[in-house]
Amino acid sequence: MTRPSRPAPMLEMHTLVPGEPLIAFKDVRIGFDQGDVLRGISFEVSPGETKVFLGASGSGKTLVMKMAAGLLRPDAGRIWVMGHNITEMPEKELLDFRRHLGFVFQEGALFDSMTVAENVSFRLREENIDDAEIDKRVREVLQFVELEPAIDKYPAELSGGMRRRVSIARALVDKPPLVFYDSPTAGLDPVTSQTIISLILRGRDLQGVTSLLATHRVQDAFGLARYRFDEAANRVVARDGNGVRSLRSEEDDGSFPPTHVLVLRDGQIYFEGTTDEVLHSSDDYLKKFLASAE
Amino acid sequence: MPEASETSSLPSVLGTALKRQIFSVQDYSLLSLQSVFNLFTPPQYWTDTLEQMDSIGVGSLPIIVAASLSIGGVLVLNTASGFTRFGETALTGDAVSLALVRELGPAITALLVAGRNASGIASELGSMVVTEQVDAMRALGTDPVRKLMTPRVVAMVATMPLLVAVFDLVGLFGGFIVAYFTLRLGAVQFWTRAINVLEFGDLVQGFVKPVVFAFIIGTIGCYQGLRVRGGTQGVGRATTSAVVISSVLVLVADLFLAKLLLYIFQK
Repeated sequence: MTRPSRPAPMLEMHTLVPGEPLIAFKDVRIGFDQGDVLRGISFEVSPGETKVFLGASGSGKTLVMKMAAGLLRPDAGRIWVMGHNITEMPEKELLDFRRHLGFVFQEGALFDSMTVAENVSFRLREENIDDAEIDKRVREVLQFVELEPAIDKYPAELSGGMRRRVSIARALVDKPPLVFYDSPTAGLDPVTSQTIISLILRGRDLQGVTSLLATHRVQDAFGLARYRFDEAANRVVARDGNGVRSLRSEEDDGSFPPTHVLVLRDGQIYFEGTTDEVLHSSDDYLKKFLASAE
Repeated sequence: MPEASETSSLPSVLGTALKRQIFSVQDYSLLSLQSVFNLFTPPQYWTDTLEQMDSIGVGSLPIIVAASLSIGGVLVLNTASGFTRFGETALTGDAVSLALVRELGPAITALLVAGRNASGIASELGSMVVTEQVDAMRALGTDPVRKLMTPRVVAMVATMPLLVAVFDLVGLFGGFIVAYFTLRLGAVQFWTRAINVLEFGDLVQGFVKPVVFAFIIGTIGCYQGLRVRGGTQGVGRATTSAVVISSVLVLVADLFLAKLLLYIFQK
């Protein structure tokens, strides 16, 4: 495992004023050789909010995630994240800026030549934190994702679900305030998908993480909107204790972090609202998503 | 009209292809410069550099030794017949030494290292790109050029002159073995002439070239790997391109360097 000779200087973070969104997209466009993929999308994400991007394959969900993390630059439009206009930031500043974010890639994107511990501790080692502290924090976050026994294994020795959990641990190890989850349940069985969603709930409810989640599974959106992680009981429980409550009323009383759904279609925002609004919508396209969940 | 559209589309297709090539050269140049400038600003990844030196230097030793022994021997076999005709077999050591140190050592070592390491670097980095490991590194706040490219380029530049030194020495040894058994040349005669014939300019030529060749091989391998597109097929294409482009560039650079260094040392 390599240690850099000196930690890089950290970017000074902007303090958000009350009411200022944590993320704001303004008329963002991006395209490739085949033409525009996203054609002028605008949305905002408030601190503490969970925003679920729902859409078919190729609808541009991953592009939104990568642009919000500064991994891709839009062709037009503006993106503000934590008060910084990241569309104008040079890559060097973006590298410092991304140390305040967590990103879970679709297939995990674990470094295959490193063990689980080395993958999870990558960022900590880059910051020259001492070995004892690194070991403590790695074990802590691996306990969080229930993978401490796999600490010395290599990614090739792990199942798909375990790799996603290691990826979540790597994203959460530095306790970032904002985490991007790019299709974290794609290709997983329902039980493992539920485990992944419960980990996202734990991150949100125990660490206060603001989350953006890209998925084609409407169940993921309902899971995040209707459940919470009960620290005392150490398990996921329904938000009203024993059943499903209207999300709108939950948002109104301010006691739960809000969850919003944003549906992408044909390069544009097709729908934005709560899971309740998705559920009661008469729109045929939204009904298709609901039908796929049944 | 179809004919009109065909004639108008050909220049546009050629123009697009040319622009793409120019863009690639610009992109390669900027990436290479960035990998060099990274040496002067923190953080530095010296452990990664040492690992790469081990992989490139120690890893390439067996093929360098095998190839240089054979080439040294072949050189003696080819030159011996001419020297024997004029009764000047004693000059064999001179010929082998000059050919190896000035030209064959740097060029063949570079081609062998390009075949082994440019392909390895391109496929390794290319696989990391297609599995999003490079994006993951960026997402974790680490510069992939600094972490992946600079250590490989530095390791290549540091180890290539050493590999050339090994090639020259083992090549001379191979030449001596063949000269001993075929021409009945004594060790003192062969080695004395082989060493005495070399001048300062020959040594400079023999050790400046590998530095330039190493930079070409390292940067081309990394560039092809980091710019992979198109999944596993793209990795295959990048691997092939890395070997082909770096080998051709090494030979082209060799021509210009030979002329320049011969001019400088007034040969």
